[in-house]
Amino acid sequence: MDVSKFMAIMISMVFVNNFIFSKFLGLCSFIGVSKETKPAVSMGFAVTFVTTMSSIITWLIYRYLLIPFNLTYLRTISFILVIATFVQFVEMVVRKTSPALYRAFGIYLPLITVNCAVLGVAVLNSEMFFKNGKILPASFLMSLFQGFFAGIGYLLAMLLMSGIRERMELAETGHNSLRGVPLAFIIASLMSLAFMGFNGFRF
Amino acid sequence: MDILIPILSLGSLGLLFGIGLALASKKFCVVTDPRLEKIYEELPGANCGACGMPGCMGFAEGLIQGTCAVERCVVSEEEARQGIAEILGVEAKTKVKQVAILHCHGGSKRAKDKFVYEGIKDCIAANLVMGAPKACVYGCIGYGTCVRACPFGAITMNEEDLPIVYEDKCTACGKCVAVCPKGLFSLAPVKKTFAVRCKSLDLGKQVMEVCSVGCIACRKCEKACPTGAIKVIDNLAVIDYNICDNRGECLKVCPTKTILKKADVNTDSHGFNTDSHG
Repeated sequence: MDVSKFMAIMISMVFVNNFIFSKFLGLCSFIGVSKETKPAVSMGFAVTFVTTMSSIITWLIYRYLLIPFNLTYLRTISFILVIATFVQFVEMVVRKTSPALYRAFGIYLPLITVNCAVLGVAVLNSEMFFKNGKILPASFLMSLFQGFFAGIGYLLAMLLMSGIRERMELAETGHNSLRGVPLAFIIASLMSLAFMGFNGFRF
Repeated sequence: MDILIPILSLGSLGLLFGIGLALASKKFCVVTDPRLEKIYEELPGANCGACGMPGCMGFAEGLIQGTCAVERCVVSEEEARQGIAEILGVEAKTKVKQVAILHCHGGSKRAKDKFVYEGIKDCIAANLVMGAPKACVYGCIGYGTCVRACPFGAITMNEEDLPIVYEDKCTACGKCVAVCPKGLFSLAPVKKTFAVRCKSLDLGKQVMEVCSVGCIACRKCEKACPTGAIKVIDNLAVIDYNICDNRGECLKVCPTKTILKKADVNTDSHGFNTDSHG
C-alpha cells in the first residue's frame, strides 16, 4: 500500500479537482442550499456520506457484476439504479431508527438521491481504478477514499459559499436585481477561478 | 442472444431492488398520525415561524405532541383554530386579535438628525454606526428593515420615512417586533384605539431638543386617565391595554401630541383609515 497515493487522492479531490469548482458537478444543490451556513454544512455531510457509501457499492457492482459479464457499457444506468435504491433505503432506515438524525440531514437525502456529483464520483472511480477491465491494486480502498474526499471537497465549497452569501445579505450590491442567486453565480465563478490556481499540481 | 445478458442482469437487478425496497418500506414504515395532515391543511401554510416552531408542519407536530397550544398560531383565523381544536379534541381559547404598532412618530419631519449617514440603507447596519443617524437614540431609523421582514406585506414606508401598518393584513406574527434594532414595535389589541408613539426614556428637556413629538414625561395623561391605565415609567408614558377602555382622555391632554389614535397612523390596504370601517 502506497500512502502517498492516498494523500494524492485527498489533495486532488478536495482542492485540485474539487467537484464543484473544477468539475462543475453538483451545482444545483450548491446554489440552492448555500444560503445559510447551518443547512449548507448539513448538506455537505449528507453528500459526503452518500458519496462514500455509493463509492463502495458501485465498486462492488462494477467489480462483480459489470466486468465479469462484459457489461461495462451499462455503467451509468446501473450506477443510477444502485445509488438511488441505496439512498432511499438509508432514508427509510434513518427515519425509523433516529428521528433526530432524520431531522438533521434526512431531509437532504432525497435531494441528492442521484446528484450528478454522486454519480460523478462513481464514474470517476470506475475510470481511474479499472484500466481496460483490469483491476488496479487496492482499488477498493482508493475508491472509498476518493468518494469520501470528494464529499469533503463539496463540504468545503458549501462552507465557503454559504459564509460569503451570509455576509452578502447585508452588503450593498449595486442593483437590487443582483441580489440573491445572480450574485451567487458571480461569486461561484470567481471562486472557481481561484480554485483553478491549484491546477498546476500533478500527482 | 447477446442482448439477453444485459436485459436479464439489469432487469433482475431492478426487480431485486424493487422487492427489497418494498420489503424495507414495510419493515421500516413510520406510522404518522392521521391528524397531522388534517391539522396542516387547516394551518395558514405561511411558515412564518411566529409560533416558534420550524414552519407549519413543525407546529402541527407540536400540537399533536402537546408541546404547543393552538393559540400559539397568531396568523390563522378564529375558524381554523376552532377546526384544529376539534381535530385535537381540546377546547380552543379565543384570542384577541392584535396588530403591530410603531412606538415612534418622529420620522424625517419631526425628529432631527445628528449626522449624515451614507452607508448601507438598512436599519440594522445603520444602528451599528453610533446608534443610527437620528439625534434621538430611541427613534425610528427609517430604512425599512421591518418592511422587508414582514412576510405578509403589511408594512410600507410613508413619505416621512415612518413605517405604516396595514391593520387588515397584519397578523401579529411578531417578525417586525423581533427585527427592529430599536425595538420600536409592539403588539396591541386591534380594538384599543390609542397608542403612545414614543419610546424615549430621556428626560423631557433632552427629548424636546431632538424631536417635537417625543414623550416629555409631563404626567398629564397619568393624571387625566380615570382608569389608571396609563402610567409614566422611566420618563415614558405606557398604556396598560388590560385596563385601558378607550376613553381618550390622555389624547386630549397630551401637549406634544405623542399619544395618537392608532387609526391615524395605521391604515388598511385600501388607504382608508381603519376608523371609517368602524
